[in-house]
Amino acid sequence: MKITIQRETPQEFEIQDIDNITLLSLLKHIKTTQDNSLTFNSGCRSSVCGSCSMRVNGKEILACNYKVQDGDFIEPLKNLPLLRDLVVDMENISVKNKQATAWLSSITQNISLSQEDAKINELQSDCILCASCYSACPVFSVNEEFIGPFSLTRVWKYVSDKRQNNDKEMIETIQTNGIWSCTLCNECTLVCPQNISSKADIEKLRSQSAMAGYSDPAFNSFGSFGFDGTPVF
Amino acid sequence: MKTDVLIIGAGGAGLTSALTAHENGATIKIITKEYPTRAQTSMAQGGINAVLEDNNGDSIQSHIQNTLKSAHGLGDEEAINLLCTKAPDAIQWLDSIGVSFSRTQDKKIAQRRLGGASAPRACYAQDYTGLKVLHTLYDKTIQKNIEILNERYLLEILTQNNSTYGVKVLNIRSGEIEEHYAKSVIIATGGYSRVYDKHTTNSSASTGDGIAVALKAGALVSDMEFIQFHPTALKNSSILISESARGAGGYILNSKGERFTDELLPRDEVARAIHNEMLQGEDIFLDIRHLGEEFIDKELPQERKLAKLYENIDPVYDLIPIKPVAHYTMGGIDVDRYSATNIKGLYAVGECANQKVHGANRLGGNSLLELIVFGKEAGKNSALYARTINYFKQEESLSNELNINKQPTIDFYKIKEEVGDIFYKDVSIIRDKKSLQLTLDKIEKFIQDSENMGITDNSKIYNTNLIEFLEFKNILTISKFILLGAINRDESRGAHFRSDAPTQNKLFDKHIIIDKNGEVQ
Repeated sequence: MKITIQRETPQEFEIQDIDNITLLSLLKHIKTTQDNSLTFNSGCRSSVCGSCSMRVNGKEILACNYKVQDGDFIEPLKNLPLLRDLVVDMENISVKNKQATAWLSSITQNISLSQEDAKINELQSDCILCASCYSACPVFSVNEEFIGPFSLTRVWKYVSDKRQNNDKEMIETIQTNGIWSCTLCNECTLVCPQNISSKADIEKLRSQSAMAGYSDPAFNSFGSFGFDGTPVF
Repeated sequence: MKTDVLIIGAGGAGLTSALTAHENGATIKIITKEYPTRAQTSMAQGGINAVLEDNNGDSIQSHIQNTLKSAHGLGDEEAINLLCTKAPDAIQWLDSIGVSFSRTQDKKIAQRRLGGASAPRACYAQDYTGLKVLHTLYDKTIQKNIEILNERYLLEILTQNNSTYGVKVLNIRSGEIEEHYAKSVIIATGGYSRVYDKHTTNSSASTGDGIAVALKAGALVSDMEFIQFHPTALKNSSILISESARGAGGYILNSKGERFTDELLPRDEVARAIHNEMLQGEDIFLDIRHLGEEFIDKELPQERKLAKLYENIDPVYDLIPIKPVAHYTMGGIDVDRYSATNIKGLYAVGECANQKVHGANRLGGNSLLELIVFGKEAGKNSALYARTINYFKQEESLSNELNINKQPTIDFYKIKEEVGDIFYKDVSIIRDKKSLQLTLDKIEKFIQDSENMGITDNSKIYNTNLIEFLEFKNILTISKFILLGAINRDESRGAHFRSDAPTQNKLFDKHIIIDKNGEVQ
C-alpha cells in the first residue's frame, strides 16, 4: 500500500503486508517503524477525544474512524495554524467558544427536565471538539472573526436548555460574526463524525433570533427575504 | 508565571479542582499535555454513582457498603463516607452547570444499575457520561477565565525543604523548558494503564506521568499492584466493548462455542474465568447475535461500528473476538483525607492519586464520582493552603538540557511494546511471585539499557518522538513500582490474584506504600 502525507512537502510512504486497518493504526506503524519524526496526534482510538482529526483526499475524518485505502492523500486540517505535519494549533477552540459565550450563564437550581427537554440538545452535546467542521467551513477564508460551526452548535445547546435563564444575551452575542455569517452550505454537517448538523443548529438560532426581533444585517430593510425565501423582519 | 494554585492535568479532576479553587478566591493556572477535552474522562461511558433519593429502594448507607465490599478491606471508611455522602451534591452541581444527563419519564435524572451496586444509582448521559461531564466542566472553566496552558509536558515538581513551589514543563510546541511557580500544586494527570501498551482500553496518554514525576520529587505511592481488567475488549485493538452488551444478554464463549462462566459476575471474576480459558489455548468470543439486528442497532450501535472497524466482523452475524485488558489503575500517589501528599503544598486527585476509595477493586460509576467529590476537596484544600503562604519562591534553577540520547542503539518503541506484552502475560489477572520477580529483573535491565535508548527526531518544534520517549521512561518507572507492590503482597485480594497465595490474608489488611528508592514503608 502507498499513501502520501503532506509534510513540509508531500511524502510518499510504502507499507508492505498491511491492509484493512484504520488510518491511525497505519500512521502509528509508520512512526514506530519507518520514520520517528512523523507528527500527528491521537488518544482514545474510539472517536470520543477528537485528537486525530485530519483530511483524507480533501475530506475531514478522524484517523481512528477511517479505513485507509491505497493511494490516499493525508493532510492536516484547514483554517487552523499548522504546527507540524498533521498537527494544527487548536487554541482557537476555546477562543471561539469564549467569543460565543457557550455556557450556562448562571447556576440554576431545581429545574426538572423532561425526557423531551433532554432530547432537544442531546445530539449537540455529543460534540467532541475535533474541529472537522471548522476545517471544512468556507466562511473562515473570508471572515476570520466568524464564530464558526461547533461554537454555534454549542450556543444552540445552551440556548435550548431549559436551565438557561438569560438566553437573550447569548442571542445578542451571535448576531455579529455569528449566525448571519454562515452561508448554509452544509459542509460542516457532511464532515461531522458525530452526525451533528451545525447548519441546522444555526437555522434554529436564526429563527429564534428573528422571534427576538433580530434580522440578517445583510437584508435589514423591513419585509425583505433571506436566501432561503423566509421573510426577515 | 506565578499563581496561588497550579493544576497539572485538565480532565474531570483537574477542571473540578480548578473551578473549586477559583471559587475559593485563589488565582489558578491549569497545565495539560494535550487539551482538556482529550482527557481520559471523555472515555467513561457507564455513569456516575449517587443516591439521589434516600428511601427509594436505595440509601447512601448501601452505596457506602457496596463500595467498602468491593474495596476488599482496603477502603478508607472516612474517605468512602465522604465520597458517598457528597455524591448527591456532586450530581446537583453538575446538573446546575448544564450536564446533559438522561432523564426518566417523571423528570428525574436517569440512573442505571452497574456491577456490584445493590440498586440503580449510576446517573448517566446516554453512553457519553464522561464526555458530557468533561465538556461541561470545560465550558465553565472558559466562562470563569481560568488560564489553561495546553500542550506542555510535566518534567519535574520543584521542591525545597519538602515543600513544592511549582513545576518544570516542556512546551511541546516551542521545545522550550518553562518553569511555573505556585504556592500549591495539584497533580491530576490520570492513571497508568498504558504500562500494558496495546493491552489496555485507555488513551495513549495514560502513561502515569504525574505519578512518576511525583515519586522523583519525594512523594509516596501506594496500592500500585491493583489494576482492574475489563473482561470484554476487542481482541486486536483492546477497544472497550461496554458491559451493557453482557447486561443485555450477551454470551461469552470459548473456541468450542461453550459458555464457561456466568457473564454477569463482577468484572474481576469474569476476567479471571476468561484468562483461565485463554491459558488453555482457547480463543474467546462475545456472542450477541441472538439479540437481533434491530436491538443491536438501537442499544449497541457503537459496539457494532467498532467491531466492524477493528475486527472486520459484524456482530449481527459473527462472534466478536475479545480478551480482558487493563482498564483502570486503583493505586497512585498516596494522599490523606485532604488529598494532600507528604510534600507540603502538593496535592493529587483523580486516577493518579490513591484516595483509598476504591481499595483493591473499583466499583463501576465511582471513578467519575471521585473526580468530582475529591476534585472539589483538592481544589478547596489547596486554595486554603495557598492562603497560608505569603511569598512566592522563585528559584532560577533553569537547566535547559533534557539530556536525551540522539544516537540510540536500542529502539524504545520495541521495548515499550515488549514491556506491555510481558506485563500482559505475567503481571495481569493471575500472577505468581516467581514470574513477578523475573519481570522485575527484566524491567531493571531495561532501565539500565535506557541509556542506549533515545530519539531520532531532532526537531525542537512539536517533537512527539521526544514526548513518547519521556512517557516511555515514566512507564518504566511505574512498572517497577507495580511489581514491587505485587511482589510484596503475598496474598490474593480484589484485582490482585496470586496463584501461589490464592486466598486473602489478614496480615495484608494494609496498604503497600513505597518511596522513590523502592523502600516499602
